Amino acid sequence: MDHQALRSADANAHTLEERAAHVRARANWMRQRLLKMIVDAGQGHPGGDLSASDIVASLYFDILRIDSARPTAPDRDRFILSKGHCTGALYTALAGAGFFPEAELDTYLKPESRLNGHPNRVYLPGVETNTGPLGHGFPVGVGVAVAGQIDRAGYRVFVLTGDGELQEGSMWEAAMFAGHRKLGNLTVIVDRNRLQQGARTEETNALEPLADKWRAFGWDVVEIDGHDVIALLKAFDDAAQPRDKPRVLIANTFKGNGVSYMRDQAGWHHGVPNADQLAQAIAELEAEKIA
Amino acid sequence: VNAPANLPGMFDCRDAYARALEDLAADDDRVVAVCNDSVGSSKLGKFRDRFPDRLVNVGIAEQNMVGVGAGLANGGKVPFVSGAACFLTARAMEQIKVDCAYSQANVKLCGISSGVAYGELGATHHSIEDVAWLRAIDKLTVIVPSDPWETAEAIKAAAAFDGPVFVRISRMPVPAIERPRGAAFVIGKAEVLRDGRDVAIIANGTILYRALDAAQELADDGIDARVINMSTVSPLDLEVVAAAAATGAIVTAEEGLSRGGLGGAVAEYCAQHVPVRMRMLGFPGFAPTGSASWLLDHVGLTAGGIAAAARELVAGK
Repeated sequence: MDHQALRSADANAHTLEERAAHVRARANWMRQRLLKMIVDAGQGHPGGDLSASDIVASLYFDILRIDSARPTAPDRDRFILSKGHCTGALYTALAGAGFFPEAELDTYLKPESRLNGHPNRVYLPGVETNTGPLGHGFPVGVGVAVAGQIDRAGYRVFVLTGDGELQEGSMWEAAMFAGHRKLGNLTVIVDRNRLQQGARTEETNALEPLADKWRAFGWDVVEIDGHDVIALLKAFDDAAQPRDKPRVLIANTFKGNGVSYMRDQAGWHHGVPNADQLAQAIAELEAEKIA
Repeated sequence: VNAPANLPGMFDCRDAYARALEDLAADDDRVVAVCNDSVGSSKLGKFRDRFPDRLVNVGIAEQNMVGVGAGLANGGKVPFVSGAACFLTARAMEQIKVDCAYSQANVKLCGISSGVAYGELGATHHSIEDVAWLRAIDKLTVIVPSDPWETAEAIKAAAAFDGPVFVRISRMPVPAIERPRGAAFVIGKAEVLRDGRDVAIIANGTILYRALDAAQELADDGIDARVINMSTVSPLDLEVVAAAAATGAIVTAEEGLSRGGLGGAVAEYCAQHVPVRMRMLGFPGFAPTGSASWLLDHVGLTAGGIAAAARELVAGK
């Protein structure tokens, strides 16, 4: 399976549609693989993994300038999974991008595995900072972006947050400071699936008007369909990023996207499919590949 | 109220901290300072003037401050994250645990005006819990220097060390500790500043000079007290603790909680491996209203108080 970014050799070698097709195929593979991992491990967070898969696939299989052979290269782009529970999406992407052998995905959550329930940079190459408690990855991403700003470095920093995660106060400390520092090298993606662990965000502690909040903090705000890979690739394009502001993509998604019975259901936040449900999910994802 | 007493022969360790940091920054472009609107109280004014691009002031936001510190380390910097010890540790504890220690990020945390230095401002501003909290966190080095020389050496050692370090920096006036020629600061190594066979006093930080005064007082009574500077509380110098236990009596003394901090660390080891009679001097809990120096006297963190505890232990042998 060709996991390499089509874009990496020559930005103009492939059309946007070709690149999107490549990303979609990788995202489909990620979804199937992470569901098998979760079923095998008997636990996981499939709802959020599936809402984030197209975003993470767009980054790892097209946008990010990373080299799995040099995981700590100073000039690498950074991706930080602030919603650290969505390791299904992160681990499949890292394996697909060559940071560790694909077969190691079978060790997910097993004793002594490098694939902990939340990502650990000490164990696993490609992880930038340990996350899990909400509200941590974003401030760390702001720090990396400040380092890049001080050094006038060329790398970009991408942070994927949950929407429920925006109820943490540290997120707004980080948002305020990033706006103040005019961090044009920073892109935050809000996985706006509108569901948190137990209920809808708007019923729990409302986030709306969310775009206005980010604008008020000095951010360039783009609202997109977080499952539309072409829209994602366009929004991630370096040329689309303002130089004097951080950018937030409010990516409207569905929890459990790609599997009909999981889609937009809070119950699949950390539910585990049974054998029949897994077979149905795989069949639906296989059918999507043909369509 | 909070200005350090400007007494002859007494020093505010923040000055040594600030100078050491400026020296490091002059030699190494990677050194940056991160603070929470604490340029003045962390004495970073000169640093800002000399290295304006390398002072990252996040404003009054400690969680973000520590997270940004971890991110700067990811970006190849050597960040010194400075803020009042009470806010840096309590407000950002999970960031210290996860972003720094668990992530093994190369972040240096500088807890300024620790202990009861803020005196009358009260227990909200005291940081008597910090050592107990932080030494419970795996893979985080915790250092409590005692005077300007040791503060500067600890800052240099922290910069040279690859990994997260907390350095507790007081504003309480302390004298320069007399040390043998060629003394060197090494992370994890205790200093035996005075040998003695009857009792061992293990202290650090602002209390160390009082422990030395106590030993002098005890000598006048014919009691031979060893004085140990345990500036690194985590990891603890177990060899020196074991040797101290061989005297048959240990007094610990620190400007912090009497449970869980340096005393707790020594007691945990001794109880399991070298049982020994002990007294643990420090604060029993939230301090009442009073100046910093009054508070130290009030809880017996004085030469007389330390000597009295030692006498009691020796008498009971």
